[in-house]
Amino acid sequence: MSGLVIDREVLIEAPAEVVWRTITEPDQITRWFADRVDLVVEPGAHGYMGFGEQGGPVVVEVVDPPTRFSFRWNNSGGGEPVVGSSVLVEFTLTPESDERTRLRVVESGHESLDWPDAEKERYTGEHQDGWGTFLDRLAALFGKRQPE
Amino acid sequence: MQADDELWSAIADPSRRRVLDLLVGNGEVSASWLAGRVPFSRQAVSKHLVVLERAGLISRRKLGREVLYQVEADRLDQATRAMTELAAQWDRRLDAIKRLAETAHAEAKKKRGL
Repeated sequence: MSGLVIDREVLIEAPAEVVWRTITEPDQITRWFADRVDLVVEPGAHGYMGFGEQGGPVVVEVVDPPTRFSFRWNNSGGGEPVVGSSVLVEFTLTPESDERTRLRVVESGHESLDWPDAEKERYTGEHQDGWGTFLDRLAALFGKRQPE
Repeated sequence: MQADDELWSAIADPSRRRVLDLLVGNGEVSASWLAGRVPFSRQAVSKHLVVLERAGLISRRKLGREVLYQVEADRLDQATRAMTELAAQWDRRLDAIKRLAETAHAEAKKKRGL
């Protein structure tokens, strides 16, 4: 895996269905993410998410209740959220018991913003190095948080 | 935010990370020295150095006929902090989701008289 990926998780004392509603219902999303949320939770649906003046279009990608939800967000405004102009946010819910759910979020795509595809592919194809010595330390910061 | 995007682009590429690593590990070196230690061309090294320099991650100085490159420690620190902040931002969001879901669940249970 190359590129910058943020990978975090948390253990929640609630069933997956409840967590699912918290991460997908617009009036819930405004309580943990953006202040303006205009979103229909259907694959391919276009919407908008923003904070004050900052924000941009969203496209819903995967909707698989109550386990997977993902969307692309062009958070610097402007055009269609596609690869190269947006970050991908992917939620995965794993039920650990009837009343306990592990929620994982992976955010990727920061590095591809404004980066010509051909060049990116050429270099990532040629060199599959992971993080090097210095950047290993940066990557370590992304180590998964231990659940409480 | 724009500055961050430039940082991500600069350090996300594995070849550039390799170049950056060599600079971190070896201090001030020339483009030819770098080219001798990576599995890609001298031209590719030059292109990577331009991108890294544009992002402020490295600087150059002329020494006689040679151009030497070195890491800008402050900018690297800034990159580290920006990445830490992105991760911390998601931790805060996940904590908020946890509180909301746990509260909703506790209230639903109370209503059902459990």
